[in-house]
Amino acid sequence: MKPQGTYGSNGQGYRGRLFVVEGIDGSGKSTQLTLLANWLRSEGYPVVFSEWNSSPIVKTTTKRGKRKKLLTPLSFSLIHATDFADRVEREIIPSLKAGAIVLADRYVYTAFARDVVRGVDPRWVRSLYRFAVVPTTAFYFRVPLDIALKRILSWRGILKWYEAGMDIGLHDDIQESYMMFQAHILAEYEKLAQEYDLHVMEATLPIEAQQKLLRRAITPHLLNVPRKCDHD
Amino acid sequence: MTRFESYGMGIPRSDPADLTGWLVVIEGPDGVGRTTHVDLLRKHLERLGYAVAETGLNRSDLASRGIRRAKLGNTFGSNAFNLFYATDFADRLEHQIIPALRSGFVMLTDRYVYSLIARAIVRGADPDWIKQVYSFSLKPDAVLYLRLEVPELAQRALATGGFDYWESGMDLPMGEDIYDSFMNYQSRVIEELDKLAREYGFQTIDASRDIDSNAEDLARRVEAVLAASGRDPVANPFER
Repeated sequence: MKPQGTYGSNGQGYRGRLFVVEGIDGSGKSTQLTLLANWLRSEGYPVVFSEWNSSPIVKTTTKRGKRKKLLTPLSFSLIHATDFADRVEREIIPSLKAGAIVLADRYVYTAFARDVVRGVDPRWVRSLYRFAVVPTTAFYFRVPLDIALKRILSWRGILKWYEAGMDIGLHDDIQESYMMFQAHILAEYEKLAQEYDLHVMEATLPIEAQQKLLRRAITPHLLNVPRKCDHD
Repeated sequence: MTRFESYGMGIPRSDPADLTGWLVVIEGPDGVGRTTHVDLLRKHLERLGYAVAETGLNRSDLASRGIRRAKLGNTFGSNAFNLFYATDFADRLEHQIIPALRSGFVMLTDRYVYSLIARAIVRGADPDWIKQVYSFSLKPDAVLYLRLEVPELAQRALATGGFDYWESGMDLPMGEDIYDSFMNYQSRVIEELDKLAREYGFQTIDASRDIDSNAEDLARRVEAVLAASGRDPVANPFER
């Protein structure tokens, strides 16, 4: 039992299901989630996406904070929680009530990992996200750092300031800083996988092999979820 | 000796050991006259030679525009608003309040976390949760709580342009029309502020007197806070 007042105390009773993919950029989690969504839709399930940091009202503030480098560990944590709260209230809970399958690209575990590495108290950040719905299953895509870095650099060519942890001054060189910062984050994810029983996916497997495992893992949870084709 | 500490979790990567100024909070419901008194106090303290800085809700570089934009729509939920205001507060704490305290200023803040906690509770937030969210905030040297009964607040609202949508809790709403909602909403906010006053040890001031009496009362109380720390202000030879 989780103590009251921390994330995990908000139980479920919704008709829909919530599946979460977690992991660092370059772990391939978003590719897997897109493939999963296509499959679920083809099977007739109503699917809703919810992406980290995507609230139309909040994300302009987050962007501004990042561009002007205004964000401290504390305000970085709070603005992401604000974005999440907006999506929980307007997107995630109503969709789950309506019986949809909600697919979340990153969830509270992203905050638990990053914010703690930035020096935020682990208990405080868990309490901050107390209003979050506990997912049906959360998958953690485990990837070695050098592979993730290679993927990021081949897609977008550059590392971002906050993603490299430049704000906490680990190293002057952005690539060195990235390696140090993300290594701490991977260590936090490993702890979170234990604490919250995350389903670990080896993100070095071929894409189609991972997808097969992902579908197999969620299938038992789809029983009694309404499909479009079930309507008469 | 460390003058300041947080209520709970400290501020990440920030050490309050070198903060030497004073943090003085003016609290109270909407329309009680806080802004006027902050202004008068500032002038009074500056005459005595203290350097004074000010802040107030939704004045952060980071989040104030975003909050204003969010208030224009009607889809933003209460938890999202609670956390947006917490973001605004955190930004002001780290970029306005702490730098002022580090430089030895008197920081006058027009409301602090208490109003935010009270409003959140009235909108349904769990009191333990919202207090925990704000547990990073610094304990002020004094919280001066200007208190007025709701019928008087309503009279003042009428005299200054009528009932404001948010100050009447119309996002909830709490009555059949804006007047009813104002009365119910402000009563609930004051009820929560009264509880916080006991819990956090505010100095409660009866704001129903005339402005000069209130200003005099506030000035004496702030002077007592400043004197208690045993630091004289920098002498100001240029009396304004």
